[in-house]
Amino acid sequence: MASETVSKKPSFLAALNYLSLALMLAATWMVFFYAPREAVMGEVQRVFYFHVSAGWVGMVAFIAAAVAGIIYLVRPDKKWDVFSVAAVEIGLVYSLVNIVTGSIWARPTWNTWWTWDPRLVTASVMELTFLAYLLLRQSIEDPERRARFGAIYSILGSLTVPLTYMSIRIWRTIHPVVIGSGDPGAKGNFAMTQPMVFTLLFSLLAFTVFGVTLLWHRVRLGWLTERVEQLRLKVMGM
Amino acid sequence: MRLKRGLSLAQYLATVFAILRKDLAVEWRSRQLLAAMLIFTLLVILIFNFALELDARVRSEVSAGVLWATFAFAGTLGLNRSMAVEKEGKALDGLLLAPVDRSAVYFGKAFANLFFMLVVAVLILPMYAILYNVNLWHSGFLLVVLLGSWGYSAIGTLLATMAIQARSRELLLPVLLFPLLIPVFVTAVRASSFFLQGLELTYIWPSLNLLIAYGLIMPALGYMFFDFIVEE
Repeated sequence: MASETVSKKPSFLAALNYLSLALMLAATWMVFFYAPREAVMGEVQRVFYFHVSAGWVGMVAFIAAAVAGIIYLVRPDKKWDVFSVAAVEIGLVYSLVNIVTGSIWARPTWNTWWTWDPRLVTASVMELTFLAYLLLRQSIEDPERRARFGAIYSILGSLTVPLTYMSIRIWRTIHPVVIGSGDPGAKGNFAMTQPMVFTLLFSLLAFTVFGVTLLWHRVRLGWLTERVEQLRLKVMGM
Repeated sequence: MRLKRGLSLAQYLATVFAILRKDLAVEWRSRQLLAAMLIFTLLVILIFNFALELDARVRSEVSAGVLWATFAFAGTLGLNRSMAVEKEGKALDGLLLAPVDRSAVYFGKAFANLFFMLVVAVLILPMYAILYNVNLWHSGFLLVVLLGSWGYSAIGTLLATMAIQARSRELLLPVLLFPLLIPVFVTAVRASSFFLQGLELTYIWPSLNLLIAYGLIMPALGYMFFDFIVEE
C-alpha cells in the first residue's frame, strides 16, 4: 500500500491547515462584525451563516461517501473504503453542528428548541442513518466484508440526503428557505442583503476548505491504521 | 428477456417461486415464526392500549400509527428469523451454490417475508377492529397495508441478509432498518389515517405515489446489491 504517502505529511496539507485556520477566523469575524444585524430576529440570525455552511459540508460529505462506495463496489480497492468512512465521520460531525446551531436559532425564533417539522425530521434521520453505518462497520470483523457492506449501506443511506435537501421545498414546513422560494408559512424567513450574501458565500468557502482539510487528515489516519494492522499481522505471522 | 447467466424470465420466476414455496413449507411445518409474530403483535397493541389510553376519542386518530408501529416491530422478528433459518446449518451456502441468479433468491425471500407480514395483518386487523370498535374495512387502507408491507419487506430482506453476517446480528437489524424505513413508515401512517378518516383521494394520492415509488426503488436496490451482500 501507499506507505510513502503515509510516512510524511504533504506540505500542501500543512498549508491547508493554516489556510483553514485563517479562513475560519475571517469567517467568524465577518459573521460578527461585517454582516449587518438582521432587523427582525436580531443577533441570533448570525448563526445562520455557519448553520447553512455546516449543513452543506455535511450533505456533500455523505454524498462523497456514497460515491466512494459505488466506486468500491465496481473496483474493490481499500483506499475507497478508507475514504468513505472518513467522509461519513466528517459528515456526521458537520450535520450535528448544523442541527445544534439550528436548534439555537429556533429557540428565540420558533420559541422552541425542537419541533417535528419535515426538515428537522429528515435531517435527524440522515444523522441516525450514518450513525447506524458506523455501528454496522463496528460489528463486522472481516475487513473486506466490512468495506463491502459499508459501501452498500452508505449508498442506501445517501438517499436521505436529497430527501433532507428537498424536504423544505416539497412539504409544508416552518423551516425558512432563504435561497430560492419556500413555504409562505415558514417562520423566520428573511431577504438577504448584499453583505449577508457575501458573508454566507465566504462561510461556505471557509467550511468547505476546513472540511476538506479534516477529511484529508482523517483519510491519512485511516491509511496509518491500515499500515499498523498490516505490520501487526506481519509480526504475528513470524 | 434474457437475464444474468443466460436464464430466461420463466426460469427466473420459477426460482423465485421455489424459494417462496420452500420458506412457506418450512414455516408451515413449525409455525414458530407466525405464532411468535402474532403473540408479539397482540402484546404490542396491549402495551399501546395502556401507554396511550386508547379511549374512543383518541383511538380513531391514532389507530393508523399504532398499527404501523406494531407491524414495524413485528416485522423485524420475521426478518431476523427468516435469515437466521438460512444461516443455521449453512443453508444459505447451499442456496448460493445453486446455478441460479442470486437476485432470484432475494426476491423469493422478500415475497416470503411479505407473505408473513400480510398473514399477521390479516389476523390482527379484524382483532384490532373488534377490540377498539373501529372500522378498518376500507379497500384503500388495505391497499396501503399491502404497499407498505412490500416496501418494508423489500428493504428489510436486504438489510437482514447484511445483519445476519455481522457479529451482533439480531441487535443490528432494527438499527440499520428503521432509519431507512422512516420514509415508508411516515407515508403509510399518513395514507392509512387519511383513508380511515374518509378523506378524498386527491389528498391521499401524493402519499400513495411515495409508497409506490418506495416499493419500486427498494426492490431495484435489492436486485443490484444482493449479490454483493452474499458473495464470499
